[in-house]
Amino acid sequence: MALPVVYLGIRASASAEAWLLLTRPQTLQTLGRTLWLGMWVTLLSIGIAVPIAWLTTRTDLPFRRLWSVLTPLPLVVPSYVGAYLFASVLGPRGLLQFILEEPLGITRLPNLYGFPGALLVLTLLNYPFVLLSVRAALERMDPVLEEVSRGLGYNAWSTFWRVVLPQLRPAVTVGSLLVILYVLRDFGAVAIMRYNTLTRVIYTQYTSTFDRSAAAVLSCLLVLVSALILWGELRTRSRAQYASSARSGRVAFRLSLGAWRWPALIFCGGVVFLALVLPAGTLLFWLLRGMAAGEVFPGLWEAGGNSIVASALAALVTIVAALPIAILEVRRPSRLSRVLERISYISFALPGIVVALALVFFGVNFMLPLYQTLAMLVFAYGVLYLPQAVGMLRSSLLQIHPSMEEAGRSLGKRPLEVFRRITLPLLRPGVVMGLALVMLTAMKELPATLILAPIGFKTLSTAVWSSVSEAFFARAAAPALLLILLSSIPLAILELRKDSLPTDRNTR
Amino acid sequence: MTTTPSLVLNQVSKRFGTHAAVQDLSLQLDPEKVLALIGPSGCGKTTVLRLIAGFERPDSGSISLGERVLADSYTFVPPEERGIGMVFQDHALFPHLTVAQNVAFGLAKRAGPSAEMELKSMLTLVGLDRRAQRYPHELSGGERQRVALARALMPHPYLLLLDEPFSNLDADLRVKMREEVRVILRATQATAIFVTHDQEEALYIGDHVAVMNEGRILQTGLPEEIFHRPQLRFVAEFMGNTDFLPAEVTAQGLRTEIGTLPQRLSAPLGVQVLVALRADDVQFEPQANSPSMILARRFQGMQHMYRLRLPSGRLLHAQTTHTRIYPPGTPVRVWIEPAHDLVCFLDGKAVS
Repeated sequence: MALPVVYLGIRASASAEAWLLLTRPQTLQTLGRTLWLGMWVTLLSIGIAVPIAWLTTRTDLPFRRLWSVLTPLPLVVPSYVGAYLFASVLGPRGLLQFILEEPLGITRLPNLYGFPGALLVLTLLNYPFVLLSVRAALERMDPVLEEVSRGLGYNAWSTFWRVVLPQLRPAVTVGSLLVILYVLRDFGAVAIMRYNTLTRVIYTQYTSTFDRSAAAVLSCLLVLVSALILWGELRTRSRAQYASSARSGRVAFRLSLGAWRWPALIFCGGVVFLALVLPAGTLLFWLLRGMAAGEVFPGLWEAGGNSIVASALAALVTIVAALPIAILEVRRPSRLSRVLERISYISFALPGIVVALALVFFGVNFMLPLYQTLAMLVFAYGVLYLPQAVGMLRSSLLQIHPSMEEAGRSLGKRPLEVFRRITLPLLRPGVVMGLALVMLTAMKELPATLILAPIGFKTLSTAVWSSVSEAFFARAAAPALLLILLSSIPLAILELRKDSLPTDRNTR
Repeated sequence: MTTTPSLVLNQVSKRFGTHAAVQDLSLQLDPEKVLALIGPSGCGKTTVLRLIAGFERPDSGSISLGERVLADSYTFVPPEERGIGMVFQDHALFPHLTVAQNVAFGLAKRAGPSAEMELKSMLTLVGLDRRAQRYPHELSGGERQRVALARALMPHPYLLLLDEPFSNLDADLRVKMREEVRVILRATQATAIFVTHDQEEALYIGDHVAVMNEGRILQTGLPEEIFHRPQLRFVAEFMGNTDFLPAEVTAQGLRTEIGTLPQRLSAPLGVQVLVALRADDVQFEPQANSPSMILARRFQGMQHMYRLRLPSGRLLHAQTTHTRIYPPGTPVRVWIEPAHDLVCFLDGKAVS
């Protein structure tokens, strides 16, 4: 885990002009741009995700199930694919301009490139991080608390602000943390939208000058920024206990929206249209166009299989590693467990390319047999996605009251058996959610896969990238679509399984 | 039923940071007895249970069950090896298991016919045989309570700990459940410690009552002793609605502002003591121009509870039959007419 950081440190300190590079005005400007983008993406993501989570779990919003299946789906769209699709629609000489030009004579659209484009793409692809975590929390939250508030004379609106929202704080925090750290490390979207954040500058440094030291220095800056964000979160985290003690087991009361359901529908529909329908339509357009032109997709199924194998392995390894960390942190809070958890978060802020380079360096020098193997790739995924898994497990674990485990102990069962028979089954939604998340993210990961995949091991993401970078947009469409379909499966399963959980059974 | 060993706590202390939750606490509980541990919230009573159950490790002192040391400076037996059952305040039922699975959780893995029979008779005992296949969220509060109790009793623990088990139930159900639980505890000959902050509950359910405050046990005894002969002012105050009236020890008896009581104390003459008065010790009758008066009346069905103001401004409570009704503001003469010796306190401690 600490390996990439160590590598970074070595590379950075090996460079004589490291300090000079760090204090250049361009560097500080880049840093400012990165943070500015991160802040806005996070705020917009919360603004989109919290209302949707609440609408789909607590109200009679029409087509509720449909929305709750569709709204997390943008998570499966890789940022480089999303950016490319938006650019090909909204950008200069894009599809929209093409459509508008003929009847309306509009020849110029507002410039998409730069901040607006990066903001749009990153928000629409990343708000599901907040959505999933908030929705999971809402589903576990005892609805009686809301009924209590309504009973105390607060209407639905102030109940949401005074009772629901404060309880959602840990979930919103976990989700936001994932979003802002994702923005800090994203490369694909900012590269295509030509917005110079730290990652893009690092990449340019690395590829254009082959100056790994400069890239390492800037990466250190990136790590430092992420560490500061984490430190801030640690300082502000409330000490309140969020374990819901005696669950009433009541099924949530669904608020009737009345006339409000139209704006709510438009909101959900708008988000789904922008984040899903528009990119999917564009993708389909390219696909059909490619087929019409007789383009073939060599090795598509093989790449799909490779993607599944690598990401499923990564998900398993990551969850197994994340479980002890999450348990240690929640059940045996100590300085050590806190530090352990923070370190695993910091790794999330490491750009994939840095982790990959670090592993290449390390592999070549110390573990030659592992170099260019699937194991190395899976390990890289593990390093990259451990924090997601820990965050997911932690917020699930916080909802399981410790007295549940104590009851198991007092009934004569050893800790391990209590864990197997009580904690694990109760944790299952969190584990499944964590597996799904890691698998989804690993499947669309690009830079580390490009660098670490064994020779000839083509995955869907590398297939998309190579086509897009060679401007074969039509050829990229098929693997991109398959990637999107495959990574939708875990989310679909999650949705369907909810019916069979005993806790959701209606008593009547 | 094998004979159960007695529980002994010797000089047990437990601190959380700077807060001393339990201080030099000693306690003995004989087999097949139920001890009610009562005290205001935050007095450390739950910590005592958690120390006995093995969820906390004492900083000093020892806990033993019969010959077996559960915890001292060398030993610490983990909770699963203690054979001590616990009923949690929030019941802590496993939400993913049915009633039957919850109750059977503590049984050894041998799923033989005898275990099956035991489970059945336990479910029948707590009246849940028809609910065996339900999930906890499908049960009422009282039913969940009984599942929690049955689950804790199932492995035949040497000792059962109940941590304010009725605090989540409404008043009617509380009374009903406490009768049921008492019957079940007697039927299974369980040795139990019952933690509560409700005086009535403690007096009803305990063979013995221990009153706790600030991490210490103040007094242990039969329910009647605790109620009638409190050794400390705190106990008197906590266990019954008690008023305290200052009195001076004189040769004639105890001189108060409403007359002299012919009761002798071992305390020297001239000393100021506090006389503990319950509402049935105080009498009054309307009398014009009397300096005392009625402040309020509360109808309690069988009787009235009057709040009286004495000349000094001090308040006393007096209980009368339901036929005597006077409006607030009525001047009254107040006197004390005890059927027994009253308990007096000097510096917070009882003197006789």
